[in-house]
Amino acid sequence: MSALEHFSAPPRSLLARLLYGVRPWEALPWLAAIVAFFLFPGYVPIFGQILIMTLFALSLDIVVGYCGIVTLGHAAYYGTGAYTAGLLAVHGWSEPISNAAFAMAMAALVGFVTGAVILRAHGFITVMLTLAVTVTLYEVANHTGRWTGGDDGLRGIDMAPVLGRFEFDIYGDTAFFYALAALFLSFVVVRLLVNSPFGWSLKGIRENIGRMHAIGCPVYRRLLQAYTIAAALAGLAGALQAQTTQYVALRALSFDLSGDVLVMLIIGGIGRLYGAFIGVPVYILAQDRLASEDPANWYFWMGILLIVIVLFARGGMLALAARLWDRRRSDA
Amino acid sequence: MNAAAPSLEAHALAKSFGALAVIQNVELSLAAGERRALIGPNGAGKTTLINLLAGRLRPDAGTIRMGGIDITPFAEAERARSGLGRTFQINSLFRNLTVFENVYLAVAEQVGAARHMLRPALAEEEPVARTAALLRELGIAAHARSVVQQLPYGHQRLVEIAIALALKPKVLLLDEPAAGVPTGESGVILELIAALPKDIAVLLIDHDMDVVFRFAERITVLAQGMILAEGPPDEIARDARVREVYLGKRKHG
Amino acid sequence: MGDWSVLISIGLLGVAYGMVLYLISVGLSITMGLMGFVNLAHGVFAMAGGYVTVTLMNKYGVPFFAALAGAFVVAAVLGLVLERTLYARLYGTSDFDQVLFSIGLIFVSIAVVRHFWGPLTQPMRVPAYLKGVIPVLGRDFPSYRLFLIGFSIATIAVLWVTLEHSRFGAMIRAAVDNRRMAQSLGVNTSRLFAQTFALGSGLAGLGGGLGADILVIAPGYPIQYILYFMIVVILGGLGTIRGPFLAALLLGIADTACRYFWPEAGAVFIFILVFVILYFRPQGLLHRGRA
Repeated sequence: MSALEHFSAPPRSLLARLLYGVRPWEALPWLAAIVAFFLFPGYVPIFGQILIMTLFALSLDIVVGYCGIVTLGHAAYYGTGAYTAGLLAVHGWSEPISNAAFAMAMAALVGFVTGAVILRAHGFITVMLTLAVTVTLYEVANHTGRWTGGDDGLRGIDMAPVLGRFEFDIYGDTAFFYALAALFLSFVVVRLLVNSPFGWSLKGIRENIGRMHAIGCPVYRRLLQAYTIAAALAGLAGALQAQTTQYVALRALSFDLSGDVLVMLIIGGIGRLYGAFIGVPVYILAQDRLASEDPANWYFWMGILLIVIVLFARGGMLALAARLWDRRRSDA
Repeated sequence: MNAAAPSLEAHALAKSFGALAVIQNVELSLAAGERRALIGPNGAGKTTLINLLAGRLRPDAGTIRMGGIDITPFAEAERARSGLGRTFQINSLFRNLTVFENVYLAVAEQVGAARHMLRPALAEEEPVARTAALLRELGIAAHARSVVQQLPYGHQRLVEIAIALALKPKVLLLDEPAAGVPTGESGVILELIAALPKDIAVLLIDHDMDVVFRFAERITVLAQGMILAEGPPDEIARDARVREVYLGKRKHG
Repeated sequence: MGDWSVLISIGLLGVAYGMVLYLISVGLSITMGLMGFVNLAHGVFAMAGGYVTVTLMNKYGVPFFAALAGAFVVAAVLGLVLERTLYARLYGTSDFDQVLFSIGLIFVSIAVVRHFWGPLTQPMRVPAYLKGVIPVLGRDFPSYRLFLIGFSIATIAVLWVTLEHSRFGAMIRAAVDNRRMAQSLGVNTSRLFAQTFALGSGLAGLGGGLGADILVIAPGYPIQYILYFMIVVILGGLGTIRGPFLAALLLGIADTACRYFWPEAGAVFIFILVFVILYFRPQGLLHRGRA
């Protein structure tokens, strides 16, 4: 009977619901970010990048970790957000927040339309479709150079100050806090999502899709909703990238980027909400140190790392940490 | 829903896999609250029939109606939402989730809470309360926070049934509910089935003839994809064709 | 009159392209149907064959056919080694793991190739006796393409006859159809997988070398062309050898036609077409209804 007591006091107020299940250590990543800002001022631009990529990887985790869908084309939505934000800005819409919101909406739309097709397939055909989406969008952007800048990328993105006061500058301070705020808000949403009945049903779909059908779950619709949300968040990350770096490269729509962000997520661990927070900084900081001379070298070791992870370390660093933690607890 | 119509009807149901006709021209009619047993030798097509009724397989021919409504075009999920619950012969659970989560998923779907995105699952009072009540009813409340995979098989079977019951079904298809459960533990399951609410129509597949004869008001015998006989238990027990098909076996281990 | 010859030209070029696609993709179809492994890295073997061919010819002056044979052998050996050491450990694991592994392998191969050969496209020097044009129905048609068609038909014929009439082929068909049954009948599936993978990789290498001026040899090869190989396999049906042939020809002709009539679109039209097809038939065009 005591097992059920755990469930007998549901949180009622809004604050209680927002904070439900939140543990003290969860404040750490945010505190760490702010501390890092003050401790390493020279690294602030990179930190800004890390924040944006973390958002991107978090959105990917929804698809891969929570919906259980293998995607090699998540950059399609990131790139859509980036190009939308950039193009809007180039044509005069430079208020950052509304610009980002519109870019998110565009990415969500593209996510919905492509997701509707992608989710009808199963197995490796799904993977192929995700790849086809990103390749197609890449080609479209490549061939419409008049608008997108093609291979050279989109330039001339000049953003107005955030909230009318905080200008984007070369020091990256505004960019940092802007990205941090966006990541925080998005994370709150994702965390709520994951712990909601909707999020639980995604867990169920990942665990045993057949049984979900048998209990009346509209699986396709559920997955499409989750996929669209993930696309929107990826689009937000892309928009942030365009706004803070004032440049959109064709790479934003590439398979390469899709692969990179997947690796970042894998390093941290999928389906655990915080995988992105660990994998992204590790990847980006390591790349900053090790890849500067020879990018080919970097991809070589990334490839080896992926193969090693798949063969020996499934679940990434968070799973390893969890296993070590369990072992310590059982030894104690 | 038409109250006078049979809870579940199948008419001229047929299914083949390639050249093999697994179900041929099956007629079935379950009245509201009826207790029906489906028996037959291995390979007779019993599970296939359940899969056809539940919507996991599409029939090659025939129709299925529930409470008078034609559910033949309905997909599996839609049939579940219309009140058709089923259990699987081999457990189909969410193995890495807790018992509570397993049952909650089904309750949330039935109650319509599963769409909610911004409220913690445990803050949803109705699904939480109903899940807790269901776990208590089935006697597995103590394991609410245990991961299903770690439970003994008998308890897993109870979770399997709990998930089906969570749907508040009007029709329940039970595919060998006590299969694989050690004899000591199967009593719990059988009592549970006997105590099912009287307004649910139940179709039970089982090989244990004691269970079948105690439980069933009517028995349908399936052999080689066709209905061999159907009637009250004593009629079936006397039927020579049925005995022949079972080669005199009365009880499976 | 001129329009017809354009169409014929497109047709012939498309067929040549399709043949190369088939040679590369048939191995993928068989191994995917046989081992159920999502091998997105299949292009690596075609690329290996391409680099071997081009390097042997350009750098070491090896004659064309010998270089092709070298491509086949090297790719086959590479396939065999990788299958035994890495792929075999991942049979039966989730799609996700297999995709991740494939990406890892792609990354490694691209890095290796870029390190030793640099980032630029390797030029394919067609041997002198295959150069030039042959007039076909009023249009000049590159002899090399005609040679491609002829050589491919010969190779494919040998392949089909071998698979139809050999025990090896029968074992493959059995194992694709029902692996467990095949095992219980005494088929050594482990060895069968290795041999099939080696054969498929070798053929891919051969195709890579033969088609080096259509599917250009550059570090991005495995990523750039994997979609084409997968399209051939999906449309043609996993585990079969005839379906992909038709699919490859159709894809080759359609892609060639698109690039001719609508060059700005690049590959976009093809992908949109595939998207549309897969929306209505998620199991593929010629697939025979097995889930």
